[in-house]
Amino acid sequence: MSTPSAVLESDKSHTLSSAQQLELYYWMRLTRTLEERLVALYRQTKVVGGLFRSLGQEADAVGSAYALERRDVMSPLIRNLGSMLVKGATPLEILRQYMARGDSPTRGRELNIHFGDTERGFIGQISHLGDMVPVMAGVTLSFKLRGEDRVGLVYVGDGATSTGAFHEGINLAAVQRCPLVVVVENNGYAYSTPTYRQTAAENFVAKAPGYGIRGVREDGNDVLAVYQVTRDAVERARAGEGVTLVELVTYRRKGHAEHDNQSYVPPGERERWAEENDPIDRYRRILGQNGVAADELAGVDARVSAEVDAATEEAERSPMPEARDALLGVYAEPPAAAELWFRRDVDAAVDRHERPASWGTYDG
Amino acid sequence: MAEVTYLEAIRQGLFEEMERDPAVFCLGEDIGAYGGAFKVTEGLMERFGNHRVIDTPISEAAIVGAAAGAAHMGMRPVCEMQFIDFVSCGYDMLTNYVATARYRAFLPCPMVVRGPSGGYVRGGPFHSQNPEAAFLHTPGLKIVYPATASDAKGLIKAAIRDDDCVLFFEHKYLYRRIKETLPDGDHVVPIGKARVAREGRDVSVITYAATVWKALEAAAQLEKEDGLSVEVIDLRSLAPMDDEAIVATVKKTNRVMVVHEDTVTGGVAGEITARISELAFEWLDAPVRRICAHDVPLPYAPVLEDFVLPQTADIVRGLRWLAAY
Repeated sequence: MSTPSAVLESDKSHTLSSAQQLELYYWMRLTRTLEERLVALYRQTKVVGGLFRSLGQEADAVGSAYALERRDVMSPLIRNLGSMLVKGATPLEILRQYMARGDSPTRGRELNIHFGDTERGFIGQISHLGDMVPVMAGVTLSFKLRGEDRVGLVYVGDGATSTGAFHEGINLAAVQRCPLVVVVENNGYAYSTPTYRQTAAENFVAKAPGYGIRGVREDGNDVLAVYQVTRDAVERARAGEGVTLVELVTYRRKGHAEHDNQSYVPPGERERWAEENDPIDRYRRILGQNGVAADELAGVDARVSAEVDAATEEAERSPMPEARDALLGVYAEPPAAAELWFRRDVDAAVDRHERPASWGTYDG
Repeated sequence: MAEVTYLEAIRQGLFEEMERDPAVFCLGEDIGAYGGAFKVTEGLMERFGNHRVIDTPISEAAIVGAAAGAAHMGMRPVCEMQFIDFVSCGYDMLTNYVATARYRAFLPCPMVVRGPSGGYVRGGPFHSQNPEAAFLHTPGLKIVYPATASDAKGLIKAAIRDDDCVLFFEHKYLYRRIKETLPDGDHVVPIGKARVAREGRDVSVITYAATVWKALEAAAQLEKEDGLSVEVIDLRSLAPMDDEAIVATVKKTNRVMVVHEDTVTGGVAGEITARISELAFEWLDAPVRRICAHDVPLPYAPVLEDFVLPQTADIVRGLRWLAAY
């Protein structure tokens, strides 16, 4: 896979101040540093579930989310940590969430970055790919029905475009002219499946005309270009021009999750992307050309490290959930599920760590 | 007051809730200008406009998913499945997305999924289903299945006002076959409460939806022919289920038949039977038995459909067996 050669129409008129340009750098650096911290915690077994990296995709996440206003609503995917940070999620929340703490945004109910906050304008994803497209069609339909000046943005990967939910959702949104931007992050792989086994289409933007919507394709590792193309789509949505499909071409440098050894990746491919097309390296060069001093970037890096350190310390002090919290809040009414008869008056579900090794090895 | 049909009662409920609350809107296939395949939503678009009565593409997953998204944002959507058989196309969205939203993400999802259900209408395998058991197993969903016009109106209003997702099953055999004079005013029936459809002393039938009427027919026949006093419990809500009403009738008659139109294996009747075993075993004088559909897809030909589905004569036979045990 190579960097995209064909970049379709993209309106480059949305200028960013130098402070905003530096802010983009901050979000990208924060994304990467926070994920690196999560890797360390994962290796210490403090992250109790899987860990999903967005290494090499920080520009597409950050640049696209930066094109939204606070009142707009976004639905992230597993590699959109950067988008969530831009939308107001904090490193502390991310760390608590990954470590399954009781004061995490989902109180230990969900994993990784599966959480949301409608106040800050992001809605927690589920693992079933494509499902957030119909949901965001409905979110933006509500904006349309109530005449609100708000836009929605939903992220899907190359793999999710193969689901029925993607098709149904984007089609419904198109027919209803919902103010929705659908960002297809084409990172080359869905778990181990390369893009050419996902679709016979030349690219994902080719799907847009079939839905009667506008489609644009952009280099997902150029944060300014990502911002421009998304901002354009957001403004069109806000102006009542309906849905845009934005394909961002990027590359997933790590495996599907931290356990994945990427045996399916051709030799040299990852190294080439890391060397030639790292979004942070590229952006540092652009900022340098624009007159931003290396010291200034080093200052941002130091600030990010300090923030991640402080958040880690605080997250490690966070309590684990109370076991009986598991029964609360399936419904508004009744507020709690009934405790089953064999658990009444029992303090903890397990007296000691129960090991599969002892199962089926009755030695009495 | 004039008598209204079960179908008209649902329409009245929708109409009144849309009048009362501007957040309520309907979406589904052919529900607007056409008024729906069974005309449940007839007249709603003329009254409320096509922004509150939305004709959608044939996309059950998107209907359910979009309803969820709108519900998160403060709307109260009512989705129509043209036939409830097609709810399986939205199963993922309902069970994985909608049902978990409050628990995993504290996202409110006040929405209703309603549609014509059930057999006895020669509808064949894909226009006769009763898929309630497929959803009973999913925490986070509520399920109601009214048998009377009064409950149909009262429960659709309660479902729309509920702060969680309610699956509202409408029995299409009952749509235009039953009528009653509805209570005046803002008639809301609480979700989760069963109804004693007929008081009795000797044996109990626990059932819901169309088979409530078959049980009542059987009860009348047995009273006349055998002098048997049959109690009929109409559950009305399956989730949450009214355990108190179930236990009360067990304690009263000590003999229980569970009846439903859905297939027997893995059906709701098994759950009811298990609850009776756990909560009221000592009160039983006979085994709990089930009268349900045979475990086959529902066939089309009248002689086949009649054979597969539970009939009044089956309930009569079953209750005689139970009374004699």
